[in-house]
Amino acid sequence: MFFLNHIYLIPLFPAFGAAIMFFFGRKLQKTTVDAVCVGAIVVAFLFACFTAVEYTHFAHGTGQPFEKIVYTWLGSGDGHLNFTKRDGTLASFNADAGFLLDPLSSIWLLFVTGVGMLIHIYSTGYMAHEGGYYRFFGYMNLFMFSMLTLILANNYILLFVGWEGVGLCSYLLIGFYFHRNSASTAANKAFIVNRIGDAGFILGALTLSWYLGSFRFADINTLARSGHFAIGDPVLTAAALLLFVGACGKSAQIPLYIWLPDAMEGPTPVSALIHAATMVTAGVYMVARSNAVFILAPTAMKTVAIVGALTAVFAASIGLVQNDIKRVLAYSTVSQLGYMFLALGVGAFAAGVFHVFTHAFFKALLFLGSGSVIHAMSGEQDMRNMGDLRRRIPTTHWTMFVATLAIAGIFPFAGFFSKDEILWQTWASEGGAYRILWFVGYATALMTAFYMFRLMYLTFYSPSRMSHEVEHHVHESPKSMTVPLVILAICSIGAGWLSWPHSLGGSANFEKFLEPVFAHEAVVLQEEGKSGQLAAGKKEAEHTDKTEYVLMFLSLAAAGVGWGMARSAYLTARKDYPEPIAQKSPRLFNVLYNKWFVDEGYDYIFTGRRKLGKVRLGAMGAGEAASWFDAKVIDGVVNDVGWVARAVATLSTWSDKWIIDGLGVNGPAILARMISYPARLLEWGLVQWYALVMVAGLLGFGVYYVWK
Amino acid sequence: MVPITTIHYLVVAAALFVLGVIGVLTRRNVVVILMSIELILNAVNLNLVAFSRMWGNLHGQVFSIFITVDAAAEAAAGLGILIAFFRNKETVNVDEIDLLKW
Repeated sequence: MFFLNHIYLIPLFPAFGAAIMFFFGRKLQKTTVDAVCVGAIVVAFLFACFTAVEYTHFAHGTGQPFEKIVYTWLGSGDGHLNFTKRDGTLASFNADAGFLLDPLSSIWLLFVTGVGMLIHIYSTGYMAHEGGYYRFFGYMNLFMFSMLTLILANNYILLFVGWEGVGLCSYLLIGFYFHRNSASTAANKAFIVNRIGDAGFILGALTLSWYLGSFRFADINTLARSGHFAIGDPVLTAAALLLFVGACGKSAQIPLYIWLPDAMEGPTPVSALIHAATMVTAGVYMVARSNAVFILAPTAMKTVAIVGALTAVFAASIGLVQNDIKRVLAYSTVSQLGYMFLALGVGAFAAGVFHVFTHAFFKALLFLGSGSVIHAMSGEQDMRNMGDLRRRIPTTHWTMFVATLAIAGIFPFAGFFSKDEILWQTWASEGGAYRILWFVGYATALMTAFYMFRLMYLTFYSPSRMSHEVEHHVHESPKSMTVPLVILAICSIGAGWLSWPHSLGGSANFEKFLEPVFAHEAVVLQEEGKSGQLAAGKKEAEHTDKTEYVLMFLSLAAAGVGWGMARSAYLTARKDYPEPIAQKSPRLFNVLYNKWFVDEGYDYIFTGRRKLGKVRLGAMGAGEAASWFDAKVIDGVVNDVGWVARAVATLSTWSDKWIIDGLGVNGPAILARMISYPARLLEWGLVQWYALVMVAGLLGFGVYYVWK
Repeated sequence: MVPITTIHYLVVAAALFVLGVIGVLTRRNVVVILMSIELILNAVNLNLVAFSRMWGNLHGQVFSIFITVDAAAEAAAGLGILIAFFRNKETVNVDEIDLLKW
């Protein structure tokens, strides 16, 4: 139990590396940076492996979660931080620095540390000639720390810490070449768009705690599964939808996907690690983690499924015509994430998670391979200027070819199993209510095969379109880059075999492993009278259904058709080759090439970069209008009222000064003073005058008496 | 030789009295005013002594002794006040001593 009890160390290894880079990185040699940062990830990976092994012993196949609470982080047990729940009872606000390991998080733990380690090793070669070497590795380690915190958190608040941390690192690494204006705007875009999602996430988590009284996954799951809450409970639906907004931001779903393609401004290993394999799957992880809540909110589930399917086909359609090798892969990532959400939305959580797992390998491999291509091409990313690299960089070529087969869904590569499982579940779940989404997913599979083989043919097979100078410098990447490629290629072949479906004589071990996390959901689905694909017994029965073989064959055929179309169009592409879509329909090509004008549309609706005459449009325009209204109308009324009050006050002052004070107070005083003047003459201070008056008086009396 | 009768004394006393009153009313110096008051008091004394002689008893003379004592006490108190006042105002002119008015 040593490793399980010290599970908190796993995120701390990369945190240590990041701290070293932060304080001393500037002075360190590159070899020292390598030793510290790559070393931290290797140790974390080994630690994670041992932990996972110990966990399997601990759980004995029951999927019992292991929870380790290190200390109470926020709030306190003695109820100092209370809040009122929706039902009026008191609950204490509590968030622990607690770590949760169950089948779901252990899968994420393993592939995040594993792929992360390979990408760190790759980066030592790729970034060797770049400035800010220590900064790059410091950010990467910080990212690993945040991601591992996100995965291992046992409550929404700690998960949110990791969630924000990966967002921050994503921002820092997209803007790694901060001297380039495009990189810094792309970083801002990613950060701002993610903020929208984060707001949704935190509102969702707060709604849940307001309703259920806890942030802990264990408590929330227990309560949600207790049967006290009806399916379709409005508060839970709202919470699930808000959480999904968060997932949309982080995992680049419509309408918040726009940041991910721009995120390709970062160095290629960053695109591989953060924007393909790990961080963007955080949304999937969070939705899968909240499955007990989502399953009680069918509306939210439908939203997830529809958004996922639409994102998948939408992003794939854009990917068909892009020329930047990394942008094609970026749209491919968005599209594959759409698949994952489609799976979650139809209740096939395990299939979605499985696709995350296989996708991590082949998409990381594709990105690293594209990095290797860019490295060989002296920084060129435009596929129009590539071609014929097959023999010049052979290792990169064959590893990328494996990854392409995997993502296109060719048997028996990894993508075949996960994608096929998703499509099958979409077809079969809810009694076939989602079959229209199956068609969407199927079309996406065809497009995926096309754009991926387009990429392969344009890059590796077609006649060379390179400039002579670039052609002269083409070289295979160093060992530190090719070895991770080879390892990832092996994983891209083999990862799918972990869940060899029943219909092909396998035992779907991966899904069995995950079953305890999602088991209850199967029961709920079954109770709802829906087909209940996840219920173990029934699933096996249906998996042998003939339909599944037909669907499997159809998706293989789609992959084959896409491959063939790409081959015929691009195998012999010389300079200024024609795009087949542009030939068929120039207008459609224009729309796709300009990404459906979504960024432009957002400029009209939200960002306020567009003006109609002098009036700004969009949310910012609304803000400006509100500001105008405030300044002119509201403040105008306020000022008018103020003016009236001031006029009244002036009048009142005048009357006080002249009428009250003047007539009432000062008037009598003045009168008294005027009367006082003659009276004062009697006593004006000269003693002898008084004496004279006395003498005169005496004389007067004397004369009076004598006369009388 | 005309015998000196009471009426003569009375005339002299009346003259003294008028001189004293005029001194009190016209002189500015307080010391002189006090001296003029002495004249008035002595005019009264002269009257008392004159009537004492006329009636042939000593009542008037006794009263005049009283008045002399009183005059001495009054002069002492008056001069004390005057010195205290001079310390503050540096003047003994009565027309400048006009604080208690209105």
